[in-house]
Amino acid sequence: MTAGIFDTTSTGAGERPWRLALRRLARRRMALVGLAVVVFFIAVAAPLLAPYDPLATDWRAVRKPPSPLHLFGTDELGRDVLARLIWGARSSLMAGLVSVSIAVGVSVPLGLVSGYLSGAVDGLLMRMIDAMLAIPFLILAIPLAAFLGPNLTNAMIAIGIAQTPIFTRLTRGQVLAVKHEDYIEAARAVGNSHRRIVLRHILPNVLAPILVQATLAIAAAIIAEAALSFLGLGQQPPAPSWGSMLNSATHFIAQEPWMAVWPGLAIFSLVLSFNLLGDGLRDALDPRGG
Amino acid sequence: MATFLLRRLALVLPTLFFVSVLVFGLQQLLPGDAALALAGEERDPAVVAFLRQKYHLDDPLPTRYLLWVKGVLAGDLGESIRIKRPVRDLVLEKLPVTAELAALAIVIALSIGLPMGILAAVKNDSAVDYAATMVALWGRSIPNFWLGILLILLFSVEWGLLPASGFVSPAESLSRNLATLIMPAFVLGNAIAAVMMRHTRSAMLEVLSSDYVRTARAKGLSETRVVLHHALRNALVPVITLGALEFGELLSGAVLTEQVFTIPGFGKLIVDAVFNRDYAVVQGVVLCTALAFILLNLFADVAYALVNPRLRG
Repeated sequence: MTAGIFDTTSTGAGERPWRLALRRLARRRMALVGLAVVVFFIAVAAPLLAPYDPLATDWRAVRKPPSPLHLFGTDELGRDVLARLIWGARSSLMAGLVSVSIAVGVSVPLGLVSGYLSGAVDGLLMRMIDAMLAIPFLILAIPLAAFLGPNLTNAMIAIGIAQTPIFTRLTRGQVLAVKHEDYIEAARAVGNSHRRIVLRHILPNVLAPILVQATLAIAAAIIAEAALSFLGLGQQPPAPSWGSMLNSATHFIAQEPWMAVWPGLAIFSLVLSFNLLGDGLRDALDPRGG
Repeated sequence: MATFLLRRLALVLPTLFFVSVLVFGLQQLLPGDAALALAGEERDPAVVAFLRQKYHLDDPLPTRYLLWVKGVLAGDLGESIRIKRPVRDLVLEKLPVTAELAALAIVIALSIGLPMGILAAVKNDSAVDYAATMVALWGRSIPNFWLGILLILLFSVEWGLLPASGFVSPAESLSRNLATLIMPAFVLGNAIAAVMMRHTRSAMLEVLSSDYVRTARAKGLSETRVVLHHALRNALVPVITLGALEFGELLSGAVLTEQVFTIPGFGKLIVDAVFNRDYAVVQGVVLCTALAFILLNLFADVAYALVNPRLRG
């Protein structure tokens, strides 16, 4: 009864839906490349791999171009750029995962309630969501992050809140799509409680699109965190973050252009990977797909 | 049609109410006493007391909300504590700059996204389709502030072709105005182009397999005429209405792009206001963008209903 969204696929010998999705995902090369890069970043984020202390300044090696000693060069305080990139990966990944977890944690219950109950509760909630959607993502996240106080935790909260309306809308839409399916009617007919119907029968069947959206939202959250740090509203110095590295690089763009290349490339490749993974997941979880 | 319009308008009013609550509530997040923050370094008790009275800080929250809404409805968005000017004037002053940037960005997005989407749909599952999808993926993944920095590096620092920052009004010199805006507009348009391409591609794929396109082909019309005249015209409808939703993306992007290229628009106004703790300006900008977004989507929905009679019901 919990296989609704996958029901339409002809899987042959009753393969379990998540295994089927994984098998399909494994066939998509670009998604695997994305996954590999994400895993690489998580692995590389291990501080053991950093060649230097990311906070150690060296006044004799200020803004040095890439060399065998400092593979990606040094920054304006003589800190090793590679070490800061590796440590910065942690805050970027954490920002992506935590802020999307906040968004999903708040909005999935809201979407479930809104879609299942309909009526006045749904109407009221949706107008609130409309209001939040009317304020562009960063225009909401910037004052939130600033007013809560500029640091990484508050930036993650701000991004999470700004992403909430999208997930609430998505969950609600999915609930509306499945709540009149036969298996839900059947669950109701045999006397299941509302709580059990929502949690055991509806939730598992609306998870697939939420998972896809979450992967893509991580990509957006990583860019958003970098943007907030770039503006000085995210991770605060001297802690390394890709956004603030990019910001300080802009001051030396004419003399040391390479300083702006590495952090941007790091953000781009991590975001691209989550986008590839999200696209691959969407294809793999699409019941119409082959 | 009248009932559709009324129903749609009825949805806007509660949304506007919640927007106002949200914007008003944003300021309540601030820790500490607003009067002390406004009074500056000296914190003269007389000044604090005056500010407390002026901004009704001793009144209960609902009263302050109602007073604020009353002011907003009369066109009073408060005063900037930093520049000592009405927020409304600041907004009206910066709006044309961002509007021009956004308009240029949309022109760029359409001129990249539309042809790419059409080509990808016509040559479905070919190398062209694959390449277009890759370009769209790049557009979605590249942080626009980094792309801006790279463009400055190339076109301003290396080749010296374009100014790296600043803004010249079109009234002063149109050519210099375009020179200052072309890079930021491309940066903004690039991300929207990716979305436009995806929308165009899927809308075209759907339309191209429809009966009337088959009929047009059966009549012996040239493929170019079928694609551009019969298919595209119908595919454009969802592309344009979905495009209205990208307005928010455009404004979010403008915040960073204006920061990178030092363009004195809406985005720079809100970032500067946030750092100067100029809360009335922050509130004003957030409120105006939300209002613009709601109105734009209302227009898009009405336009969609006008061309699609099934939705009027």
